[in-house]
Amino acid sequence: MKILKSIALSGLALAIAGAMSLTSCNGGGNTSKSDSTANASSGEENTILGAGATFPNPLYSKMFSEYNKLNGLKVNYQSIGSGGGIQQLTSKTVDFGASDAPLNGKQDSALSAPAVHIPITAGAVVITYNLPDVKDTLMLTPDLLAKIFLGKITKWNDPAIMAANKGAKLPATTIVISHRSDGSGTTNIFTTYLSKVSKDWESGPGKGSSINWPAGVGGKGNEGVAGYVKQTPGCIGYVELAYAMQNNMAFAKMQNKAGKFILPSIASITAAANIEIPADAKVSLTNTEAADGYPISGLTWILVYKEQKYNNRSLDKVTKMLKLVQWMIHDAQQYCAPLNYAPLSDKAVAVGDAQLKSITFDGKPVLQ
Amino acid sequence: MMEQSVDIKVTTRPGKDAGRVVSVKKTSTVSSNKRIRRSFRQIRTENVFRRMLVIVALCMIVLVLGIMVTLAVQSTLSFKSAGFSYLWGKTWDPVRDVFGAYPFILGTLLTSFLALIISIPFSFAVAVFLGEYYPTGWLPNLLKNTVELIAAVPSVIYGFWGLAVLVPIVRSFETSIGVEPVGIGIFTSSLILAIMIIPYAASLGRSMIHMVPSNLKEAAYSLGATRWEVIRSVIFPYTKSGLFAGVLLSLGRALGETMAVTMVIGNTSLIPKSIFSPGNTMASVIANEFTEADHPVYLSALIELGLVLFLVTVVINMVGKRMVSSFTNE
Repeated sequence: MKILKSIALSGLALAIAGAMSLTSCNGGGNTSKSDSTANASSGEENTILGAGATFPNPLYSKMFSEYNKLNGLKVNYQSIGSGGGIQQLTSKTVDFGASDAPLNGKQDSALSAPAVHIPITAGAVVITYNLPDVKDTLMLTPDLLAKIFLGKITKWNDPAIMAANKGAKLPATTIVISHRSDGSGTTNIFTTYLSKVSKDWESGPGKGSSINWPAGVGGKGNEGVAGYVKQTPGCIGYVELAYAMQNNMAFAKMQNKAGKFILPSIASITAAANIEIPADAKVSLTNTEAADGYPISGLTWILVYKEQKYNNRSLDKVTKMLKLVQWMIHDAQQYCAPLNYAPLSDKAVAVGDAQLKSITFDGKPVLQ
Repeated sequence: MMEQSVDIKVTTRPGKDAGRVVSVKKTSTVSSNKRIRRSFRQIRTENVFRRMLVIVALCMIVLVLGIMVTLAVQSTLSFKSAGFSYLWGKTWDPVRDVFGAYPFILGTLLTSFLALIISIPFSFAVAVFLGEYYPTGWLPNLLKNTVELIAAVPSVIYGFWGLAVLVPIVRSFETSIGVEPVGIGIFTSSLILAIMIIPYAASLGRSMIHMVPSNLKEAAYSLGATRWEVIRSVIFPYTKSGLFAGVLLSLGRALGETMAVTMVIGNTSLIPKSIFSPGNTMASVIANEFTEADHPVYLSALIELGLVLFLVTVVINMVGKRMVSSFTNE
């Protein structure tokens, strides 16, 4: 009897616990959302919430931890992807968003208030390949690159590739193309570049963070693409410069607009960013005019609202956040190169400064 | 319902239950006041307990319906723009907002059923080996635990292993049979899936075979049946609904598997030309593209893909249930 009763009681307790966890789950979606809004607006004064691009995440983590040592400000950055960051900024659940691509028209109009773009660092997309017999660095022209990824050039010993790489021992094998399967800023930079240099690409697959690839296989993340390229002889793919350098992968020299073949490096990316940058900082560095610039480069931005007084945010918190961003584009640029990111060019820093100073709180500028 | 449960209890553990019924009767007939009150409390507890069970059970239904409604509501935008042609549209172009799920539906069904075909011989062999030939001993125990371990390994590990080990093997196989040696593709993901789903059918099958009454088997043996004949004409007919349920369970797992498949399938929106071509499945498209789906129609199209996957799973489950019941004639 007693045992049975205790079993029944414990069963009851279990059922109640189950029911409670279920109901709390049900309501969970709403409450957690409003919680995080509360946090972002008024909650903890010393914590800044950010979300967005995965590409600069290693750099941001380094910067935020260094800043935490200096000023004790906590930054909670979720690297959920540029699109996700923009969505969270749109719904005002974070203090800042981060993106590898400037806001497009649709995203801009979805925002309830205008946002400013502050460039933080520049990165590059490199063309990596697996050709064991090719000793010298492979050289590619924009036209070749587009034709290869369109699936129009299918053999490595195609006369057009031979012409660009005189003397190289190119095999008669099929070109296996590897691209990113997940939506990414890397793909966006790469396809933006291809759309600029090739009419066929622009009218065909187009540009975006995920597109309809005409050929090839998709790998998830940089590591997915790199995995295919390393394994498959005759494979060509694109990854971030930082990833390729850390993994000692071979990457090609690209011909830039000025006609020079440029090896991607931190110096050549910074050079690519040394162009006239418009006042809103929304610029694509791809196919740069700079003579020494690597053509497949791109900036990555932090996005904040131009008017910071919303959701009961305090001036104190806004000032802290903007000082952080100011520090990121000045002193913290020293952390870029060791992590294989390119520091901003002077012109880009100047534009970033101007953008920061244009940010207002209740109509008055925050930083002097 | 109540009667049934009593029935089962009586048949399974008659001694204890009979004892309990008697003792309850005793308390009521002896009937000191206190005792009665306590039994009222017991009845109330019983009622509360039963109500709790009902509430929790209903929560499950609400949850599943809620998921379905959410998916349906969120995908209306995509449905409005494409209609039913979404299902057989062959192009998936996020740049131009053209969304057709056909390549992914095809990829999902191809990988899942191919995996099922590959896995069935293995899972049935394991089930028969463990259920009938060697139910005890260190080797069967080792085998049993190993098979269970297969189900416990996180799928991303299968993905890594597939990419690092299986892909080169498949590539050399493809070279030897003269198809384009890519290595990754539908065939490779089916192999990975097959390994992953073996434990589901195997362990259910094993416990089903265990439950075959020994007097049936012994009768067959006494009539001079060989072991194979017993398996074929006693065990399989007796357990076929259970074996089929196990297969169905593994199919469900195969349909929804995401990570391991994503890593070895090649993720292309092109329609696969053969089982060695790269392809894509619904689950892996969602996993790949959800984070960067940056405009509303695109997001909605991905959610609609989730809805289609949900419905495909439901339909396959329902067909399976129908087949189970027609097998068993109950």
